[in-house]
Amino acid sequence: MTFARRAGRIAVAAGSLTALLAVAACGGGGDESAGGGGDTAPSADSSYTEKGPITYVQGKDTSGHVPKQIAKWNKEHPDEKVTLQELPDNADQQRAQMLQNAQIKSDKMTVLSVDVVWTAEFAANQVIDELPADQFSTDDFLPATVQTATYFDKLYAVPATSDGGLLYYRKDLLDKYDLKPPTTWSELKDACDTITKGEDKSKLNCFAGQYNKYEGLTVNFSEAVNSAGGVVVGEDGKPNVNTPEAQSGLDVLVNWFKDGTIPKGAITWQEEQGRQAFQDGKLVFLRNWPYVYSLAEKDDGSSKVNGKFAVAPLPGLDQPGVSSLGGHNMAISKYAKNKGTAVEFIKWWTNQENQKSYSLATSQAPTRTALYTDPELTKEYPYMPILLKSIETAQPRPKAVKYGDVTLAIQDSAYAALQGQIPTQQALSELQTKLESLIK
Amino acid sequence: MATATAVESKPSGSAPRKARKNALSDGQGRLSAILLSPTLLVILVVVGIPIILSIRESLFLANDGINPETGLVESGEKFVGLQNYTDIFAGQNQVVGAYGTIDRFWNAFINTSLFTITCVLLETILGVAMALIMAKAFRGRGFVRAGILVPWAIPTIVSALMWKLIFDESGVMNRILGTKILWLADDNPAFWAVVIADVWKTAPFIGLLTLAGLQTIPAEVYEAAKVDGANAWQQFIRITLPMVKPTLVVAVLFRTLDTMRMFDLPWGMVGQGKYYVETLSIFAYQEAGQQRYGPASAYSIILFVYIMLVAYLFVKILGADVVGDAAPPKKTKRKKKRQDQEAGKSAETAALESMGGAH
Amino acid sequence: MSTTTVEESTSQAEIEKLAHPKRSRKALVGMIASYVGMAAIVIYCILPFYWMVVSSLRLPTEGRSTEFIPNPPSVDNFAGVFAGTNNFGRALINSVIVSGSTTILTLIIGMVAAYALARLKFWGKTMVLGLIISCSMFPQITLIIPLLKMFSSTTPFEWFPYWINTYQALILPTLSFALPLAVWNLTAFFRQLPVELEQAAMVDGCTPGQAFRKVILPLAAPGVFTTAIITFIAAWNEFLIALTFAPDPSIQTATVAISKFTGTTGFDTPYGTIMAAGVIVTVPLLLAVLIFQRRIVAGLSAGGVK
Repeated sequence: MTFARRAGRIAVAAGSLTALLAVAACGGGGDESAGGGGDTAPSADSSYTEKGPITYVQGKDTSGHVPKQIAKWNKEHPDEKVTLQELPDNADQQRAQMLQNAQIKSDKMTVLSVDVVWTAEFAANQVIDELPADQFSTDDFLPATVQTATYFDKLYAVPATSDGGLLYYRKDLLDKYDLKPPTTWSELKDACDTITKGEDKSKLNCFAGQYNKYEGLTVNFSEAVNSAGGVVVGEDGKPNVNTPEAQSGLDVLVNWFKDGTIPKGAITWQEEQGRQAFQDGKLVFLRNWPYVYSLAEKDDGSSKVNGKFAVAPLPGLDQPGVSSLGGHNMAISKYAKNKGTAVEFIKWWTNQENQKSYSLATSQAPTRTALYTDPELTKEYPYMPILLKSIETAQPRPKAVKYGDVTLAIQDSAYAALQGQIPTQQALSELQTKLESLIK
Repeated sequence: MATATAVESKPSGSAPRKARKNALSDGQGRLSAILLSPTLLVILVVVGIPIILSIRESLFLANDGINPETGLVESGEKFVGLQNYTDIFAGQNQVVGAYGTIDRFWNAFINTSLFTITCVLLETILGVAMALIMAKAFRGRGFVRAGILVPWAIPTIVSALMWKLIFDESGVMNRILGTKILWLADDNPAFWAVVIADVWKTAPFIGLLTLAGLQTIPAEVYEAAKVDGANAWQQFIRITLPMVKPTLVVAVLFRTLDTMRMFDLPWGMVGQGKYYVETLSIFAYQEAGQQRYGPASAYSIILFVYIMLVAYLFVKILGADVVGDAAPPKKTKRKKKRQDQEAGKSAETAALESMGGAH
Repeated sequence: MSTTTVEESTSQAEIEKLAHPKRSRKALVGMIASYVGMAAIVIYCILPFYWMVVSSLRLPTEGRSTEFIPNPPSVDNFAGVFAGTNNFGRALINSVIVSGSTTILTLIIGMVAAYALARLKFWGKTMVLGLIISCSMFPQITLIIPLLKMFSSTTPFEWFPYWINTYQALILPTLSFALPLAVWNLTAFFRQLPVELEQAAMVDGCTPGQAFRKVILPLAAPGVFTTAIITFIAAWNEFLIALTFAPDPSIQTATVAISKFTGTTGFDTPYGTIMAAGVIVTVPLLLAVLIFQRRIVAGLSAGGVK
């Protein structure tokens, strides 16, 4: 009896909450239609004339060079100072924060360092503004990178850095067994079998990339598909991933996980874990970005493989593989102030001189074609020609307005297949269905 | 329970019209209204209005068409009625999780439910065990109590990151266990990793509450039971459990409701888009992050209703006395356990309990 | 030996045991068992936290090490927390501002409501209390979505002031769970105070308001204090609201700042720095908790907070 009574009371309490809310509804409803231009919401400036202090937003700068280069600008432009805001290095988090910035119409970010795959989404959702085409010339840039900065034939960003996947390999081990850097997957597998036969198998794994469920998986999946002659999204902009070619690419990864060519733990790896394993001498081959090179070359004891490794283009099914195109473009946030300064800053940041010093300091690949043959750069980074080849032949990841959904769909299917939860055929057909509804 | 009846001179709350005559009861309605209005106003603003707005939002869907000329996404939103709710059953958003290929909403819904059941069950068992141990303690209870508050004081997001490090593939958990379990991969172990982290943080809390309840049981009751030949298990079932039940039920209710809205832990530990640990809160947050406010609101409203329903069932079936002025139930309980009143309590336990008491 | 142990102690339980000397062996076993049990509990609670502390005291490059004692020990991570663009000092100040304001507001508003609920008679009191409590069960996610649109002046809220990256955007939603909690706690406290004192004060000519100020408030001070600590900690630990409404580093709170820490090398999760920051954020709370543990336990029992 008492319980029932108390229950009744709670019910009444809940009921009164609803009643209260009903009243609130009446109050709120009237105001909605009254909306006019908000007084305090920042208004967008689309004239590209306003000058003043701005904020430059990018992922973590690990080189320490970015603040220096910004200081140089600030010295020359005391009234248009640039403040650096660093975001977490996780690309998904960067994207989320930039989207959120636009969602809430914040003017806290001015110039955005945008991952190449976000351009379409950011442009279509008006996170970034179309750039004044007459102020930028893109002739001297690698065409592949310019392609990533345009949407509906309009320039929304300027390519600042490029990136391509490289195959890091243990030169010392390959030499020991008289092997050549592999150009195909089967060569890679054979090389591994030869090497692990002679070495301590428990301490040495064959190959790894990035297979955690995040953007890196999209990159690695796309590379597997492209390197086997398949596509995720075809030339016509339509998804076409449910093909035998794509399946043979995905099958290789799945089989390698099964037979231990890729260590089981790699399903949780991002770039860093793979680099760590390679530096600790636990991997023969590693698919990773150029940033690994200078870190693995360090002779302060942090790397056990310095002087013992080299890089090669990614392998493929029956010919050299195809990298996913990475890199960052500089764009201007729609809700930013002082866009005039932003334009000038981007021009300055991406000019030949600054790109060169930036590349030298950070080992990030430049976007200006001329720099790939620059003697100073090629001397510092012997892998430059290989990287250029990787970038020139690289495939962009799908250009989609709903990129967040597209990449998640790709990750879902690839991850489930790699874990052996669903057959590759099913994974790809489900992915195709999802992509068709996402990319129209 | 048994809220310091000696000092409580009037049964608060219930039976509003049965006004008794005393100096405090005259013309208090207006004063009460004035005193309560700030609180009610705040609640209206930060809870009431958002609920209404959420319900409204859940009936709309943002336009996602692309203008063929400019490539820009059309702005604005359109009224879609209950479509955001009915879409849950349409199965357009299949994902592969622990329950095979099912709709992402249901995946999150089952996760939320299973997390709640598993976590709360383990927390309760462990918490009660802790309380029994502490109640037996001769000394050092204060020390243990201090230690037990450590997990509670650590911000959840910090503890999530802490557990992420512990559960790393080459982390200390695998080292201690001598295993190579991939705790943070999107797979079954991730579910248990989250459960372990959650239980760690909250079992001590249940332990503390239960201890407060245990301390109100006078030793004489146990002595009497022993004389009657009851063994330890019988004592536990017949005496301990019934007497801590009011405290425990409320504690469990709050843990249940809190676990149902779990966000920080799976989000910080395992990450986003991991279907083995995605809860309704995380799913709704993710959808909102993709600017799909309509569906996101619909999911959050469903979660809200779900929580209210569970709370109602708790009150109805287990008799959780949340409102805390349960004068009538006190009487019945008193009948069952007269000793409670007669035994008398030390000042400390009385304070602990009556504060602990909202019940 | 067993007798000496028993004799040394003075607690109620042991005196009682002395009255029944034949049980002393059993008591000893029980005592040892209970110490073992208590040790197990403490280890269970402390060990993961120990791991956090140890991990924070390693070299920054040793973030994933599984050594149980840092070798060599280093405080570089603590320096790293405040270095560069982490903005952690600022975040700590923000946390203090947000949690402090929330606590003060909550106490002021909550106290008067709790007084009415504990002392005054009016129609629908249970309903009001039930309403307030049910608000503390409210899932924050339901609140965040509409508020995000509202605070960012997005259609249809163009009329609303732009509140993103403001303190009020953090404080107000935090009230949604802090206030019900405090009202509930304080009501329990006020109820516990002897009503006779107020009656006496009123006989002496005090109005209820005066009776509240001069009699109740001083008596309830310990309860108010406890509520303040619990509210402060709850607000300090809040994550989802701060994550959503304060993306700007200059206004974000410590919990959000930690979750956004950037690595020291590319693509890295800087565990050492994160753990160091975790220690910094947690230790003041732990100290407060250890000093006021008895009161907090009492208040927790009343509030049933997470």
